[in-house]
Amino acid sequence: MSQYIARRLVYTLVLLVVLSVVAFAIIQLPPGDYLTSYVTLLKAQGQAVDQALIDALRRQYGLDQPMYKQYLLWISGFFRGDFGFSFQWNRPVRELLADRIGYSIGISLVALVFTYGVAIPIGIYSATHQYSLADYVFTVIAFLGMTLPAFLVALVFMFLAYKYLGLSPGGLFSPQYMTEPWSWAKFKDLLSHLPVPIVIIALAGTGGTVRVLRALVLDELRKPYVITARAKGLKETRLILKYPVRIALNPLASTMAWLLPGIVSGEVIVSIVLNLPTTGPLLLNALLAQDMYLAGSIVMFLGLLTLVGMLLSDLLLAWLDPRIRYE
Amino acid sequence: MSESQITAVSAAEWEDREKEALYSASQWKLMAWRLRKHKLALVGAAVLVLLYLMAAFAPFIAPYGPQQRTPYPYFPPQKVYLYDRDTRSIRPYVHGIKKERDPDTLALRFSEDTSTKYYIRFFVQGAPYKLLGLFTTDRHLFGVGPDAYVFLFGTDSTGRDLFSRTVRASSLSLSVGIVGVALSFVLGLILGSISGYYGGVADSVIQNLVAFLSATPTIPLWMGLSAALPPQWPVVKVYFGITVILSFIGWTGLARVVRGKILQLREEVFVEAARLAGASSARIMFTHLLPSCMSYLIVSITLSVPSMILGETALSFLGLGLREPAVSWGVLLQQAQNVRTVVLYPWLMIPVIFVVVTALAFNFLGDGLRDAADPYAR
Repeated sequence: MSQYIARRLVYTLVLLVVLSVVAFAIIQLPPGDYLTSYVTLLKAQGQAVDQALIDALRRQYGLDQPMYKQYLLWISGFFRGDFGFSFQWNRPVRELLADRIGYSIGISLVALVFTYGVAIPIGIYSATHQYSLADYVFTVIAFLGMTLPAFLVALVFMFLAYKYLGLSPGGLFSPQYMTEPWSWAKFKDLLSHLPVPIVIIALAGTGGTVRVLRALVLDELRKPYVITARAKGLKETRLILKYPVRIALNPLASTMAWLLPGIVSGEVIVSIVLNLPTTGPLLLNALLAQDMYLAGSIVMFLGLLTLVGMLLSDLLLAWLDPRIRYE
Repeated sequence: MSESQITAVSAAEWEDREKEALYSASQWKLMAWRLRKHKLALVGAAVLVLLYLMAAFAPFIAPYGPQQRTPYPYFPPQKVYLYDRDTRSIRPYVHGIKKERDPDTLALRFSEDTSTKYYIRFFVQGAPYKLLGLFTTDRHLFGVGPDAYVFLFGTDSTGRDLFSRTVRASSLSLSVGIVGVALSFVLGLILGSISGYYGGVADSVIQNLVAFLSATPTIPLWMGLSAALPPQWPVVKVYFGITVILSFIGWTGLARVVRGKILQLREEVFVEAARLAGASSARIMFTHLLPSCMSYLIVSITLSVPSMILGETALSFLGLGLREPAVSWGVLLQQAQNVRTVVLYPWLMIPVIFVVVTALAFNFLGDGLRDAADPYAR
């Protein structure tokens, strides 16, 4: 087991290096380095450009050095908690992310829990009641959930809620709590705002998971040991939950590897449409303003989130299923 | 011999013949038979044919140009009357538009001018355009002539006809999927077959790349890459840039399918026979292995087209993809970003229907193809 864990850790580390290269490439791709954009912005605003400050910044970010040195400087900053500087906000990227990354992680995790919490019972029910009316209804909903893009669902939802309920469903907090410190009332307010984005984000993953679990349970139900157990007079609920479901849930742990990237992707775009205070709208604004250190850091963090999720799901799978450890 | 015996014999014979046809049918024929049983897939295919015809003949179907402004901003979808009471005939027409200013708010208000009547005529003359990029003509499928306007889906903030814009947008939106998939098909095919056929270092490098790309969230990555496209680029270049970005991340699914199938087929006897007969690796790959997994490839392609189309829509919607004056469904939906605007002018959401119908049609077809892809199963 420890050998397996070590192997997965090294593997994740390699992927992390690739991720950091991609994130760095995103920072570097737009024409001109970020200080040139900064100077242009200052000039456009009619502000005086302090050449000494520019030179100092240029040295600090190593913009006068070759590309690989810039990369090393940037990536080593990550270990010191220095992710670069956002010229759009005139603040370090770290401060900007600190407010929002927590909401991103929180919403993604709740959406993940919601996905499994809803998909597992529905998947089992659909399998044990194959071709029943409810099975068809769930199948159609799952199919729609997998097909319809989250941002369109969010857009249509915003429209319907505003038109027929008079609600302005954007954001995570009501206006009066926006700047308040944390309190019980604010928490309750947050809870009342959460269900809509969570359901929209989780829709696609839930649909996919229901289909996977339904197929897995159906496969198990056809096996002879189920018939044997039934012939011996085991109660149906107990039988299904104890054996076929137990076996079908194992491979489900591996679905986290594709669920999490989907959820994080959905979280970004749904947050933009519903105007949630997560990294999504920040990323969009950063990209539109070509504030590349901020944008690259957000891409890095979101990728990190899914890679760590994948590592955890691999470890979980190995813990559940000993065959994998000895592969 | 009685009559019933004759029919019994011929019935048995008929069954034999049917079986014979089944045994001698080619794989593609079997797949076609299977697919025909899948009603939803057929519906999906029919809808897609219609949509792509619409995209191909977009300037002909659209009565107006995508950038043609009219003096009627935010005009709601116009009522088309089918039955003409005066002449007692079925002849569709629209009324003229009366334009007033609200005396208090100074907002524009429109009402029907029931005294005027404009019949909808077919093959009318309008703005000239190039049909299929080949010949120039000025005939449009329908219109009401030069004295009035017909706005089937209403107009946007600058009075541009939303129906014309939606139809014209389908060309870019629908072709992004095809071009993007063609690019990722080439990438996936090459990398997937190398990975599956040769194995070893090449395989592990490519597999790690696939694992990485499928483990990173696509939308932030797409957003980050498309932000690098310079804003001063012309439409064609941006369009190509977007498709390259979409396929750069989208090839992994195809590569995985190809690799899996080739790994499985590599051990088959016919491959060994080919190798013993002295066939080169390239020949084995292209004449024996790839055709054998073609049906799976088609399924995978069908299912990845909609994700490309949705990717372009999402990027353009966010303002990171195509920009005006290019029109795609995502560009049209930019106007629907603000919920207050949408509630006042809900017809701005009409392009959503087209996006959703396209995505559903592709998925229905892909689902049917997946069932048909392995005709020897069962």
